Amino acid sequence: MRRILLYAALVLIAAVFIMPLYWLFSSAVKPSGEIYRFPLQWIPRHLHWSNFTNAWHDAPFGSFFINSIVVTLIGTAIKMVLATGSAYAFTFLPFPFKRVFFALILGTLMTPGTITLLTNYLTASDLGWVDTYAGLIVPGAGSAFGMFLLRQQMKSLPREVFEAAQMDGAGHLRILVRMVIPMSRPMMITVTLISVIEVWNDFIWPLIITTTTQMRTLPIGLLYLKSQEGYNDWGAIMAGTVMVAAPMLILFLLAQRYIVAGFSGGAVKG
Amino acid sequence: MTRALTGRTQLPAEPAPETRTPQRRWRRTLRRHGKEYLLFAALVGPNLALILVFSYWPVIYNCYLSFTSWDMISPAPTWVGLDEYRELFTSADFGHVLLNTVKFVVLIVVGAIVGGLATSLVLNQRLVGRGLARTVSFAPHIVSGAAIAALWLFMLDPSFGLVRALLEPLGISSPQWTTSSHYSLYALVLVYVWKGIGFSAIIYVAGLQNLPADLFEAATLDGANGWQRFRHVTFPLLSPVTYFLVVTSVIGAFQAYDVTAVMTGGGPGQSSTTLSWFIYRQAFQASNAGLAAAAAMVMLVILLTITMLIARYGERRVTYQ
Repeated sequence: MRRILLYAALVLIAAVFIMPLYWLFSSAVKPSGEIYRFPLQWIPRHLHWSNFTNAWHDAPFGSFFINSIVVTLIGTAIKMVLATGSAYAFTFLPFPFKRVFFALILGTLMTPGTITLLTNYLTASDLGWVDTYAGLIVPGAGSAFGMFLLRQQMKSLPREVFEAAQMDGAGHLRILVRMVIPMSRPMMITVTLISVIEVWNDFIWPLIITTTTQMRTLPIGLLYLKSQEGYNDWGAIMAGTVMVAAPMLILFLLAQRYIVAGFSGGAVKG
Repeated sequence: MTRALTGRTQLPAEPAPETRTPQRRWRRTLRRHGKEYLLFAALVGPNLALILVFSYWPVIYNCYLSFTSWDMISPAPTWVGLDEYRELFTSADFGHVLLNTVKFVVLIVVGAIVGGLATSLVLNQRLVGRGLARTVSFAPHIVSGAAIAALWLFMLDPSFGLVRALLEPLGISSPQWTTSSHYSLYALVLVYVWKGIGFSAIIYVAGLQNLPADLFEAATLDGANGWQRFRHVTFPLLSPVTYFLVVTSVIGAFQAYDVTAVMTGGGPGQSSTTLSWFIYRQAFQASNAGLAAAAAMVMLVILLTITMLIARYGERRVTYQ
């Protein structure tokens, strides 16, 4: 009896989360006749790809894609270099008052993004960064959470190995690149993936810092598909939504373990 | 060598008399660690610089702006003292926005955490298919809020939406979710809770797997039933996880934009406008920098107060193993 109830609950949970995702992908390939039908057309009669071409014509999804990819790749690369470098320095190098600097960096985790929104826009605008890749990338490129996760990881590495390497004449940079990074690989992957997801999904900053259609990123692109006059081409909107969501869903299916580890990092061990 | 690696500057056990003056000691430290200090500065400097410029400076700058009136076009902000704050607190709109924010944050935090805890208790059982259920429940968390919002806007459509099809057999007619001022805020809450449940569930599952099995055996031997074991053993032991989730979801809910932007734009009227959306609109649609900055300061104070209260009250209740 208990098991039947548990299975019923499991099915309910799965349904609550699978059904919307199923609906997204199936609506993206339905012709409009089937989209607006009620009672619902649960299974598309046949796959119909014109929603994607319609979305592609309604707004320049090609440039949205390129912008999203460029911003995500470069943003993540900068974040990773900064996170890894700082984590190494805080773990292995001496510096006066280094705990103060560490606290300063971690403190940003408590600074709400809403408060920095307007003034960061003004700073970026003073720098001439409105509607540029620099404006999209640089303000978010500092790393606090990634640096913290990597430092936790580096602290757990066996120091004797590095001491031996130093005896043999290896410098810090060599130790970092040849030993510490390879030994921290799972955490490096985790931090990279979290950064990719964060940058790809970011909405409010790209919305305000870009002003021309050509500079928009994918999530903002969805706004172009919603019409102001009340009539919406839902097939095209769902096709656009698939373009925004699918890359991250695929990434998640491939690397679940690393992604979940990162999001729950620090939550459980306390 | 060891010294460099531990990152601690150890003084010699018995300093020679001539090294006692601070300047000399400093010079000696520099001679020994100079290169490492330089490398530290090179590695941490750029990161710290970005964080100072784009995380700390904006807070200070925002504080200054909140005492000014500025349309973001004229060359300089005008100092007006507390005028913008006065305007905020005397406007009926802002009271409405604050009330919306309270409803919004409380419902999302409670919904996502209670829903997540219940979900995690099921997902932690040895059941066929729980791996799939874990994956799909977490998936909304890694998808852009804008995409989630577009999908739900479609599903909530009162004439051809999936939700209407699910409600109709229960005898409930689908309300005008996003275009009625009665439901718009709750439509946003529904979507954020849906997006958040899987996240808190996965964090709870990780917490459940960390719990010591012997406590449950002891409780079972003492004759505790399922509910009693949950109430007196599981839930208290999960309190650090709950604490973490409450803090992160409160901060997250206060700063939610994307679903609002796509689904309702804060409307109709102000019915689904929360504090973060109000700030965005004042700054970037009404070009009212001073008022937006003042509202942002109000949010900062509210968030600091809440986190301090949670820290104080929460710490006392949290049971660490």
